Amino acid sequence: MEIQKIKVLMVGQPNVGKSSLINAISNAKLHVGNFAGVTVEKMEVVTRYCDESGCCEYEIDIVDLPGAYSLNDFTMEEKVTKEYLLNEEYDLIINVVDSTHLQRNLLLTAELMELGKKMIVVLNMIDEARAEGIEINTKQLSKILAVPVIATSAKTKEGIEDLMKAIVSVYKQTQTNSKIIYSDFIEEEIEKLVKFFQEKGYKSDIPYRHLAIRLLKEDTQIYKKMHEDPIWIELLPLLREALEHIYLHTGKKNISEIFADEHFAFAKGAKMEVIATKNQRAKNITQKIDNLLINKYLGIPIFLFLMWGLFNLTFTLGAIPMDYIDGFFGYLAEETKALLGEGELASLISDGIIGGVGAVVLFLPNIIILFLGIALLETTGYMARVAFLLDGFFHKFGLHGKSFIPLVTGFGCTVPAYMATRTLKSKSDRMITLFILGFMSCSARIPIYVLFAGAFFATKDAGNILFLIYVIGALLGLVMAKILRVFVFKGEDDPFVMEMPKYRMPSLKLIYHVVYGQAKDYLSKAGTFILVASALVWFASNYPKQPNIESRYNQLITQTQDKNRQDQLRAELSSKLLEESYLGKIGKFTEPFFAPLGFDWKLGVALETGLAAKEVVVSTLGVLYSLGEEVTEDSKSLQQKLKENLTLPVALAFIVFVMVYIPCFASMAVFVREAGGWRYLGYLFIMTTSVAWILSFITYNLTRVLV
Amino acid sequence: MLLTDLDIGKEAIITAIEAEEELKNRLYSFGIIPNEKIKVMSHSIGKSTIEIDVDGTLIALRKDEADKIEVSEVK
Repeated sequence: MEIQKIKVLMVGQPNVGKSSLINAISNAKLHVGNFAGVTVEKMEVVTRYCDESGCCEYEIDIVDLPGAYSLNDFTMEEKVTKEYLLNEEYDLIINVVDSTHLQRNLLLTAELMELGKKMIVVLNMIDEARAEGIEINTKQLSKILAVPVIATSAKTKEGIEDLMKAIVSVYKQTQTNSKIIYSDFIEEEIEKLVKFFQEKGYKSDIPYRHLAIRLLKEDTQIYKKMHEDPIWIELLPLLREALEHIYLHTGKKNISEIFADEHFAFAKGAKMEVIATKNQRAKNITQKIDNLLINKYLGIPIFLFLMWGLFNLTFTLGAIPMDYIDGFFGYLAEETKALLGEGELASLISDGIIGGVGAVVLFLPNIIILFLGIALLETTGYMARVAFLLDGFFHKFGLHGKSFIPLVTGFGCTVPAYMATRTLKSKSDRMITLFILGFMSCSARIPIYVLFAGAFFATKDAGNILFLIYVIGALLGLVMAKILRVFVFKGEDDPFVMEMPKYRMPSLKLIYHVVYGQAKDYLSKAGTFILVASALVWFASNYPKQPNIESRYNQLITQTQDKNRQDQLRAELSSKLLEESYLGKIGKFTEPFFAPLGFDWKLGVALETGLAAKEVVVSTLGVLYSLGEEVTEDSKSLQQKLKENLTLPVALAFIVFVMVYIPCFASMAVFVREAGGWRYLGYLFIMTTSVAWILSFITYNLTRVLV
Repeated sequence: MLLTDLDIGKEAIITAIEAEEELKNRLYSFGIIPNEKIKVMSHSIGKSTIEIDVDGTLIALRKDEADKIEVSEVK
């Protein structure tokens, strides 16, 4: 039998549990969590549905659209959702509704119903509503809306089966019956228009009623479509008259406001009819937690403490498995050399590839912990509280309270953080946030900090140093934001109106998916991008070969009997070879640029390779400072080598440079897309590089005088 | 009186919203609309942001926005 395809759009306000619902439907087929809901995700489910006429296989494609409070283009996410709803081909809409906030959610439902598409309303989190003492009469609601209404719970899987059945049966309908009842004076005008279409036998892909409503709402898309039609000439006077009547009745001239009032009356009325509330318990819990967490005086200290805890945990807990991973790659490199001998290939594989990739995999535990922490903050509802607490402070620096969400995400990875800026409405708020996001040290920079903090500070201080680095980076970001706001992106202030979702126990499954997805991305990057980069760095540091120098030194080594003298000669040889290599030549060429910062050419090269990805900085340093030895940045040898070769001022200046300059290739590509042009990348590059250079210069010279 | 001037824990009915259309639409979609009842839940330092409860939804507003909402206190 032929498989039929059904395309379904999943639409709902933010925080209604859409992701959890999709996970419940898909039976935990891998679904990567989406940060701040900015991506349009697709998922396929195959289901079998039987009725009197027999059984049929269906393939259901579910498209998860970003959360939207309404369809009036307020945020980027809402724009994406609206455009998808209006312009894409699909069979039906699933409107996911939070059962505990029915009235507000029905406002969106009303807007969706006016699109004239086939639709199902899902009352999600019905178990929570019951626990709060809210009883909803789904049958009654279904009668009012004239669309199927299904109560579900992603947690208990209640209603999931019914939903699948409803998708198929609604798919089989020819048109939607959905109906919002408006005030009488609007209903009259709708009826007149519908009658006109009937008399004309006008061909329309949506029901006449919906067509009439969209015309009355002055929907630009419909106007564009219809005004080329000959019927337009006759329609226009009717429409003008209808609008005049409506204005007369309401005493208002703003049609969108008139319809907003209608939607509100509809939502309120529907809610009154279907809900019976016994008592309200859960809200009190949220209130109690809020009394503490957004307390005027304790709120910010608690927040800082939580962040401090997270970074310390990242460092201390993450350090435990590191020894094992380090040991494993060390063993692997040794075995490879034992197997392949001391040839070029062995060096490429063990020094270049295993060394470079191992260096990156080593930090997987840190990254998992950091992402776990960020996912917890996000799913519990705490992020919104922090935005509430910090908006006053942020606003002084020309940022929006909501900028906080991408900024924290930036501590994990700059790429999803750039995408998360879409929650910001005003262009200038968004641009400022995009430009300063790089100052939030991403997790790929952790290896560099760990390496240097370990080399130049006591182990017990390393966690605090890490926290300090993050705090300084963040403060720097704020200062830059202010500068950008005053001189570059002046623009209007974006209003701050934000829902504070109820506190929720995070769903383990959702957290797992987010963290798993991030870990997988990180590892696959290590396996592909970093692998190639490591091999390239190895090649550039080993070639071209210098047989003359080598033979001269080998001669000298065999001539002397003194062991120490031999070691000294060997070291001299490898550094000579390095200087003559491609990498050495690049380094020498750019040395003057870095010289005022106290960096030698090796540090310069490491920073340059770091443009590709920050993980590469460490593996490059490893190759440059301990060529021929086992390359793992946590290994004592590299830390010791750095300590021998660099002074504290140079190390600090290096850390500062890394904190500030541009994150990586991947982030640059996303930045261009989000900022809307290559020239912005040019500005970003110039801004970050010059700030990095200036601050490094200051750090270097200041600490040289002080220390 | 303005929403900004309402003390924590006090309830009020919204009487008017004096905002440009975009913001007004936004407030509407959150259920902040004339004749609805609201309650002030919390203020952040210096009243820079205000948390209110509208029909069971908690919403954070900046002072600038709260200044555009006129209310009459329910005693």
